Amino acid sequence: MLNYFYHHILSFTIWVPVLAGIAVLASADESKPNNTRWLALLGGIVSFLVSIPLYTQFNFADGGFQYQEGFSWIPAFNINYHLGADGLAVPLILLTSFTTLIVIISAWEVIQKRVAQYMACFLIMSGLMIGVFSALDAILYYVFWEAMLIPMFLIIGVWGGPNRVYATVKFFLYTLLGSLLMLVAFIYLYLSTGSFEITDYYKFAMPLNVQVLIFLAFFAAFAVKIPMWPVHTWLPDAHVEAPTGGSVVLAAIALKLGGYSFLRFAMPIAPDAARHLAWFMITLSLIAIVYIALVALVQKDMKKLIAYSSISHMGFVTLGFFIFNNLGLEGAIVQMMSHGFISAAMFLCVGVLYDRVHSRQIESYGGVANTMPAFAAFAVFFAMANTGLPGTSGFVGEFMVILGAIRANFWYAFLASFTLIFGAAYTLWMVKRVFYGEVANEKVAALKDLNKREFLVLAILATMVLALGVYPQPLTDMTNATVIQILSNLAQSKLPVGLGL
Amino acid sequence: MENIRYDLINALPELIIIGMAMFILLADLFLKPANRIAIYVLAQLSLLGAAYFTFSTHVPSVTYAFTGAFVDDAMSDVLKLMIYLGTSLIFVYSRQYIQQRDMFRGEFYALVLFAVVGMMIMVSGQNLLTLYVGLELLSLSLYALVALDRDNANATEAAMKYFVLGALASGMLLYGMSMIYGMTGSLNIAEINTALMAGAKIHSVLILGLVFIVSGLAFKLGAVPFQMWVPDVYEGSPTAVTMLISSVPKLAAFAFVIRLLVQALPTLAVDWQQMLMIMAVLSIVIGNITAIAQTNLKRMLAYSTISHIGFLLYGLMSATINGFIFAMFYAVSYVVMTLAGFGIILLLSRKGFEADKLDDLKGLNQRSPWHAFLMLIVMFSMAGVPPTLGFYAKFSVLQAALAAGYLWLVVFAVLMAVIGAFYYLRVIKLMYFDDPLDHHPIEAPMDMRIVLSFNALALLVVGIMPERLIEICIYTITSSLS
Repeated sequence: MLNYFYHHILSFTIWVPVLAGIAVLASADESKPNNTRWLALLGGIVSFLVSIPLYTQFNFADGGFQYQEGFSWIPAFNINYHLGADGLAVPLILLTSFTTLIVIISAWEVIQKRVAQYMACFLIMSGLMIGVFSALDAILYYVFWEAMLIPMFLIIGVWGGPNRVYATVKFFLYTLLGSLLMLVAFIYLYLSTGSFEITDYYKFAMPLNVQVLIFLAFFAAFAVKIPMWPVHTWLPDAHVEAPTGGSVVLAAIALKLGGYSFLRFAMPIAPDAARHLAWFMITLSLIAIVYIALVALVQKDMKKLIAYSSISHMGFVTLGFFIFNNLGLEGAIVQMMSHGFISAAMFLCVGVLYDRVHSRQIESYGGVANTMPAFAAFAVFFAMANTGLPGTSGFVGEFMVILGAIRANFWYAFLASFTLIFGAAYTLWMVKRVFYGEVANEKVAALKDLNKREFLVLAILATMVLALGVYPQPLTDMTNATVIQILSNLAQSKLPVGLGL
Repeated sequence: MENIRYDLINALPELIIIGMAMFILLADLFLKPANRIAIYVLAQLSLLGAAYFTFSTHVPSVTYAFTGAFVDDAMSDVLKLMIYLGTSLIFVYSRQYIQQRDMFRGEFYALVLFAVVGMMIMVSGQNLLTLYVGLELLSLSLYALVALDRDNANATEAAMKYFVLGALASGMLLYGMSMIYGMTGSLNIAEINTALMAGAKIHSVLILGLVFIVSGLAFKLGAVPFQMWVPDVYEGSPTAVTMLISSVPKLAAFAFVIRLLVQALPTLAVDWQQMLMIMAVLSIVIGNITAIAQTNLKRMLAYSTISHIGFLLYGLMSATINGFIFAMFYAVSYVVMTLAGFGIILLLSRKGFEADKLDDLKGLNQRSPWHAFLMLIVMFSMAGVPPTLGFYAKFSVLQAALAAGYLWLVVFAVLMAVIGAFYYLRVIKLMYFDDPLDHHPIEAPMDMRIVLSFNALALLVVGIMPERLIEICIYTITSSLS
């Protein structure tokens, strides 16, 4: 029994939350929302526990895919149910099951309307996202990637803010457009190789013009998801309108799907195109880092500000990818994980205020630290982490990427470090206006400090941010071998012999 | 004598249904209104009987009957079985609807069964005239069905429009057939092909004939630029009839296209490929963009049908065995989705209320989460989002088109699919994000609820495990077109 579990551990991490979600839906009773909540919590905990052996059983020396399992799924198209995870995927899988648990706890009494559907959406989406991280078959990956849109679409649309319909439709259509182009690329690769196995694509040689088209098709899918400038405009809308849990999952995990997929598909399948277009990707990343940080500076809505801050931080991730060195890549991965915790925490902090005052506008607040001291301490801590304060996880990733960028080109690093200033400016300015100064109005004066549940959630996240900042080694150990493998894959030209540049 | 018996045995399913349709017409005269349910049972039984004979006499090889005018091959058998199944679902879904609208009479069932026979002949026809007679039997039954609700002015208008345009299309088709006959000296599908293979025909006359044939086919399929009748007829007809028009006849039309273009005129493939390509692209564009502007659910589904036909043509225009297999897969998937979609509309309608406006779906998730979920599956399947059947349908036809070298047409189709996703999402938005306008409890017979649930869930289940259905399509096409 245990043996069976260890051999199908990825399947368990995918399907346990999905089944838990279905169970929550099936047993829903509108009159007893508490039963639903406990059941969802149980599902979240079990899903998280099931994913832990992925870390404990991990072989740190192996940079390839571990925990592989599979069977033939649709033989007519040679599509396989093939799962596997490497040092890049496992941390993200753990982040997913962890964040889902946090979201379930944080939604406890906040969500009063259709509790079962809300919880089920998150549980099912968690399983689907883990599926994206662990699929080694292109169509299996694609199915998870698209299926994930459905619960997210509902989460924003049903439980979102006043302009939710616009936001969620925009989110869905943007993502769908990109992913359908990716599907065309997959079909092209299938017709050329006769297989949907990702690892077969790694070996498949293509001339540069084909590689560029393939790369651009992937770019359309992943750049939207990350999101990169200029296809980022769906993100602020989606974040502002989404319920807190939706924002948390979007920022903490959904954005990472794009980053992960660049490393899994676009770059290794079309390495020459990736190098050929690196200037383009780096330019977009730097625009995201600098320009979007400036945009964040003028936001009046806290969620919007954090959304823009997310885009800017994800710019570091893509910058780290496309400077093609060890430090940059590893830094980008650390940055992805760190941003997962910090952005989740920041959105939860806004959620805490929003639940009490029902406003996300910075100007509705002022002097919150006077009435909510414990909350203010957490919020300031996460804000510091967001600006990249040494000792927090935000520092590690950005520092590594900047070091890597210096090796590639001094000006990349120069421009990238600019954001550290802008980042500090927009974050701390928001903190000052919201938390410090005189108590602004009677609503703020009437605020109650964190309850135990909120305290627990924020404390867990603060621990993670600190732990990753002080001692990132467990994470980097895990990614090391994989990073070396990815870089060596990228270094090999896949141009057919005699057709080089 | 021996020959006749042999011929009749091959056409036994058709004979059963014709006989039963006539019997139903007669029996209806003698039944009290309270016992009319017997007609419904008889109609279902006749489909079951036909299905039994079609299934039990099935052999993978090809047999000809009636001096080569009628064929019994894998394609005819498989498509006939699907037509029975689809029609049976239509009977289940529409029973309450037609009872409430005083259409629960022998005529309805007899006409639907005649339409079924027409479809069966279209599927089995091996001679231009047989095919034509099958098509006319189907069309005439449908015209009458649209107008069955006599006092409904919209329905009468739709029937007139359908009839006039349909007759025009039939005329074009017949004219095209006559030119092919003039050039080849035969009405038989196989003989036409042999004659064309032998060469030395006046190409321009053949092309002229082909243009007329393709136009006629396009009209029956509802492909742009012959789509004008589709939205009006969908909107004007009683929903039960709309469901019939939009679903199973597409399977027959698919067979019709295969018989005429692929089996009789493969030598002209280069020419009809171009025509289908233009129609495919236009159908996807017009279907998807115009659907956005609709407020009537039936009209929206009409434009959605047009765009689905466009995708189906993507498979056909590849003119490869794979292309035909996946076009068939698309047609079958489309029928399953359409039946479930119209099933939901019938479920929501009641006496004096049609539930055919988009706004009528508002807040369905609050009124009935289960049925909202079923409609959600149908909409995502129509939009082609995995893990639903619609995804594999689109995936496979696009794959066939890409294999045939139409890279940019595929990219274009994909962009249009995103536009299409918008109006399907709007339906979901109405069901899940809005508050209901209508608070009536949903009343529907239990058998309908159960069948409808299976129908919609099939989209999800077959979407997760599509292998079986793909295998059936591969078997059907490869053993019929070898």
